[in-house]
Amino acid sequence: MPQSHIMPGFRPAISFTLVYLSLIVLIPLSAMLLKTFQLSWDEFWAILTNQRVIASFRVTFVSALSAAAVAGIFGFIIAWTLVRYPFPGKRLFDALIDLPFALPTAVAGIVLATIYQPNGVIGKLVLAVFGVQIAYKPLGIVFAMIFIGLPFVVRTIEPVLQEFDTAMEEAAASLGANRLQTFIKVILPNILPAALTGFALAFARAVGEYGSVIFIAGNMPYISEIVPLLIITKLEQYDYAGATAIGLVMLILSFILLLLINLLQGWLRRRNGQL
Amino acid sequence: MKITAAAHAHKPLSLSDPDGFKYLLITLTLAIIGLFLVLPLATVLTEAFAKGWLTYRDSLTHPDTLAAIRLTLLTALITVPLTTMFGVCAAWAIARFEFSGKNVLLTLIDLPFSVSPVIAGLIYVLVFGAQGWFGTWLSDHDIKIIFAVPGIILATLFVTFPFVARELIPLLQEIGHEEEEAALSLGAGSWKMFFKITLPNIKWGLLYGVLLCNARAMGEFGAVSVVSGHIRGLTNTLPLHVEVTYNEYDFVGSFAGASLLAGLAVVTLVIKTFLEWRQAQDLKSARVASE
Amino acid sequence: MSIILNNISKQFGDFTALANINLDIPEGELVALLGPSGCGKTTLLRIIAGLEHADRGEVFLKGSEVTDQPIKNRQIGFVFQHYALFRHMTVFDNIAFGLRVKPKKERLHETEIKKKVHALLNLVQLDWLANRFPEQLSGGQRQRIALARALAVEPSVLLLDEPFGALDASVRKDLRLWLRHLHHELNVTSIFVTHDQEEAMEVASQIVVLNKGHVEQQGSPSDIYDHPANAFVSQFIGHTNVFELGQQDTFWLKNSGLPTPETGKVAHVRPHDIGLDKATGEGAQAILKDWQHLGALIRVELLSKDADGGMTTLFAEMPNEQFKALQIDKGDKVAVRIRHAHWFH
Repeated sequence: MPQSHIMPGFRPAISFTLVYLSLIVLIPLSAMLLKTFQLSWDEFWAILTNQRVIASFRVTFVSALSAAAVAGIFGFIIAWTLVRYPFPGKRLFDALIDLPFALPTAVAGIVLATIYQPNGVIGKLVLAVFGVQIAYKPLGIVFAMIFIGLPFVVRTIEPVLQEFDTAMEEAAASLGANRLQTFIKVILPNILPAALTGFALAFARAVGEYGSVIFIAGNMPYISEIVPLLIITKLEQYDYAGATAIGLVMLILSFILLLLINLLQGWLRRRNGQL
Repeated sequence: MKITAAAHAHKPLSLSDPDGFKYLLITLTLAIIGLFLVLPLATVLTEAFAKGWLTYRDSLTHPDTLAAIRLTLLTALITVPLTTMFGVCAAWAIARFEFSGKNVLLTLIDLPFSVSPVIAGLIYVLVFGAQGWFGTWLSDHDIKIIFAVPGIILATLFVTFPFVARELIPLLQEIGHEEEEAALSLGAGSWKMFFKITLPNIKWGLLYGVLLCNARAMGEFGAVSVVSGHIRGLTNTLPLHVEVTYNEYDFVGSFAGASLLAGLAVVTLVIKTFLEWRQAQDLKSARVASE
Repeated sequence: MSIILNNISKQFGDFTALANINLDIPEGELVALLGPSGCGKTTLLRIIAGLEHADRGEVFLKGSEVTDQPIKNRQIGFVFQHYALFRHMTVFDNIAFGLRVKPKKERLHETEIKKKVHALLNLVQLDWLANRFPEQLSGGQRQRIALARALAVEPSVLLLDEPFGALDASVRKDLRLWLRHLHHELNVTSIFVTHDQEEAMEVASQIVVLNKGHVEQQGSPSDIYDHPANAFVSQFIGHTNVFELGQQDTFWLKNSGLPTPETGKVAHVRPHDIGLDKATGEGAQAILKDWQHLGALIRVELLSKDADGGMTTLFAEMPNEQFKALQIDKGDKVAVRIRHAHWFH
């Protein structure tokens, strides 16, 4: 669509946009940057290489990766089923997928903690059958992250599966491929960009997640303390420098993730254009 | 979902997976949705009513709860219109005009989505907090932003930043500007064009953005938690009230508040589903109309 | 003059869309802006409308300069390629839109508006659709509603962007004639953009042929067809056989009865300017490769030998009866007579 040259309102619209963007996002973010620059490199490095900080990064990233992987698989199954198979109540379940988007994270947090704690509905069961405790352990963090990551995966894969040209499957079948071969050689390559995008979105969200995790995490330093919580702890101890340094690293990481996701989405669009 | 209806009518041979496989996947899907989504929702209610209706009612009518509800509503009342106004302006500039730096602008609009809410709170502490840029000046003039309502509103503005813009940009692009040009060619001025043509065309998408923005504004926890200071009856929003009561082992009180927020989430989902349906109708008719 | 364009130029980045366009369009004409895609015709139309600004040059409508006037002050009616009907309004409200957005002082009373809209609906013969929404209409109906909407503001100039482009072939035929008749009735100076030369010939009273941002020729359909100004126009309007002296056997061309002028290098020959006889051994020879029945006419595909021994395909057209009388069939040798040619350099 070519742009129109007589549309009114560019100046006021862009002016308000830029002023608002600066006030709400750019100036506060640059405050963090400047605050970090007040530290010497050695100080900055010392903060980041502190054992507790390293441990919290490890906990956060390992949990987020595992959760995004599980959410990726669960999400794929759900998207596949919702798009391909008819069953009663499907629309209701489909609408429910977005619950983690809509449910305030604090509510998710206390509910998940209640369910998965050792005497909670599922926690008790899992403890009895497998001897594994979920809540107040690193595993609890993963469960909370799966919860919030799931809709990202489903909602990225679903439209691609819907648009997927089933004639390609029929073509594969007509050429003698069985169902599994068709899936691996025809369907999977076409869904892969969407699945990866969903995975990346879920991962990015999980890394920064706070509300739904802290209630179930147990928050033991070195074991189940996530980075966002560590930032808050530092703030509460008036260690602004520490909080800011860690925050800046998180910000840079989310910026990289954002760019990566943009690249993935560009790939996804091009791929879909080819279908 | 639209496509499934079509797949029903005409189900190609290659799509009829073995029944056993099909039922296995349906069962798995229902199990995941059940355990991860339905059960939590149900748990909110069972926990809230664990000690009966009266305790639930008392928890909700407790002054602290009421204050939290009021603050949550106030926050949404201020942030949603601002975010909406920003979203409309940004979407209009981006979807209707070419200018350099557009991609950078788009990325910056997206940024608050991918930043941890805790950082959203942190940056305002750095600007307005006691040790922040304006900290001394603010305390000299007896203005409180951090650990007060303005900080909560700022943090909420940050986390809801992209909601409306992100919804409207693709919508405006898809609709195109032909109808707007037609209105101008028929003698309409800029505002008449906007209110009579543009706005009616984007109204469902706009409502959708506003709806999600509102859900986030009312439910935000991480960012608000950093700047609020958790002062009972003063700077606790409903999600913060849920946290405080939970940590004090007042589970009924906590889940009573949570039940309100869960109700908000369910209402949001219902309206969202309706709006998605409406939008799909509109886009379909738009496509028909331009064929 | 109703519309005057002075030295209009428009650049899109490195691409020159329009280069020094000068046009005078007299009052009451129905003009086709004709050209291949990318020739700048839509850009020119949008500049006249005020939907686009020219980099240089002036636009005059009804004698007054409007170059810097916004579209709403130009008193034009614009029919968009995809109609741009307001999808959330009924047909009635669509047509009434231009009347209702007028400033309070100039605005008609609602009963007057109602009368006027119904008069327009009657004009386009769709009064029974007043309460429908655009999506409930067929393509042809939308087209006519879009026209009625543009006419509602009583424009001094009516501009139509590819008015038949989005329609089925059968609907298109009907609407072309209908538009021509409507124009006779209203006599509003109108310009429409098209890439279809047949459409331009059939509908327009004047044709402006555009190519690569230049005006190649302006004139009545007959002018353009019978006296093409250059090779581009000749090839773009109607079918044409192209002979290049030197490449084609000059002797063969002479034999066909065509006098070769001293200046021209390229001869353009319309298929109906080629006559055939049974081969007698004299004149220009060709082989009848194939023929097709086009209705009243027969199109004959001929192969003739080049100077270098290659084969060239020519097309000739003649009435049915004439072809039957010749009693020739595929593979037969025929003698070719060229009655008329346009010579270009």
